[in-house]
Amino acid sequence: MGVMKRLTGVLQAKANKVMDRVEDPRETLDLSYEKQLEQLQQVRRGVADVATARKRIELQAQGLQQNAGKLQDQARQALAQNREDLAREALSRRAALSTQLEQLRVQHEQLVQQEQRLVTTTQQLQSRVEAFRTQKETLKASYTAAQAQTRIGEAVSGISESMTDTGMAMQRAQDKIAQMQARAGAVDELLASGTLTDLTGSSDPLQAELDKTSQTSQIELELAQMKGELAPPAPAPAEALAPGSAASLPDGAEADAEPADGETVEEAPPASQTAAGGSPDGAAGSDLFSLGSEGGNS
Amino acid sequence: MIVRILEDGQYDVPASERAALDELDAKLSGAIEASDEAGFSAALAALLAKVRASGTKIDAATLVPSELTVPHESASLEDVATLLSSEEIVEA
Repeated sequence: MGVMKRLTGVLQAKANKVMDRVEDPRETLDLSYEKQLEQLQQVRRGVADVATARKRIELQAQGLQQNAGKLQDQARQALAQNREDLAREALSRRAALSTQLEQLRVQHEQLVQQEQRLVTTTQQLQSRVEAFRTQKETLKASYTAAQAQTRIGEAVSGISESMTDTGMAMQRAQDKIAQMQARAGAVDELLASGTLTDLTGSSDPLQAELDKTSQTSQIELELAQMKGELAPPAPAPAEALAPGSAASLPDGAEADAEPADGETVEEAPPASQTAAGGSPDGAAGSDLFSLGSEGGNS
Repeated sequence: MIVRILEDGQYDVPASERAALDELDAKLSGAIEASDEAGFSAALAALLAKVRASGTKIDAATLVPSELTVPHESASLEDVATLLSSEEIVEA
């Protein structure tokens, strides 16, 4: 037997299990309708659950983004205070955040699609329940005719099938949400604690190492770029090396001129020059890395 | 002949398409037995396209049972295998 035929059997068997068959077809119609209304309500609640899960992910992404902005500010502050180690730590945490954000983005996309499908099927189901309601009175009125009995059976099977289909779709959505929930709880914890180091999420050690390496070089780039933005903390020995414009650098040094503090500073890619060139405000070193959840940043 | 696409709805497909559907169904079935993910995806996509192209969607007021059922768009081989394996449990 083909797959399509077998699937129909599965669907109808599930549908029949839900339906209470009774002797009098008129009662079958009424019972079926009651059940449909119940299920329709369940389905609506299910759609609302999916929407809630989606909104939660949106809020988490927002929180992660705020933290990322904050970590970048902190890295800048740390550099201003000549604490490159702290700046490096802040940027690594920020890199872990972006991995996390990417995972959230994928989950979000899946949920949005699922939600859209469920909304559509719920609307269709509602139309069918409405059609059933109007047809059942006609069918009841003529139920003695053999033909009407057949039609009652068909109408009930047909709509039960739709109910079951929607119910299974809802179940899949709920399974997905349950899977996401464990992960979402972990993100919440991270958002609260600010410790994000173990979350590269890769189970393949080689890939993890590769990811780490690429993150590391990105961090080097960002450090170099930030150094370029900052005023040299000590009299710069590089003036002689800079070809040309070395004479009149403003002490803010926020221009995109050559980095002024070393011979072999890597060039930052031009695309990443968009970072806000805020002046470091010398915040107290003690609370630089108390990553509380207050998000006072850009 | 009424064909349901899961998570989509029912289509009225001309009986003359039966042979073509059966052929695609056999491919789907073979792919499931062979655990051939790529073959499964290809057969499912072809089946969905065939039903949608040759059938007309049934409006909400028509309440009829389906003769054939096609898995939903995003169904994986595993999803379908799981559904099929619930056959015995449901019938028991």
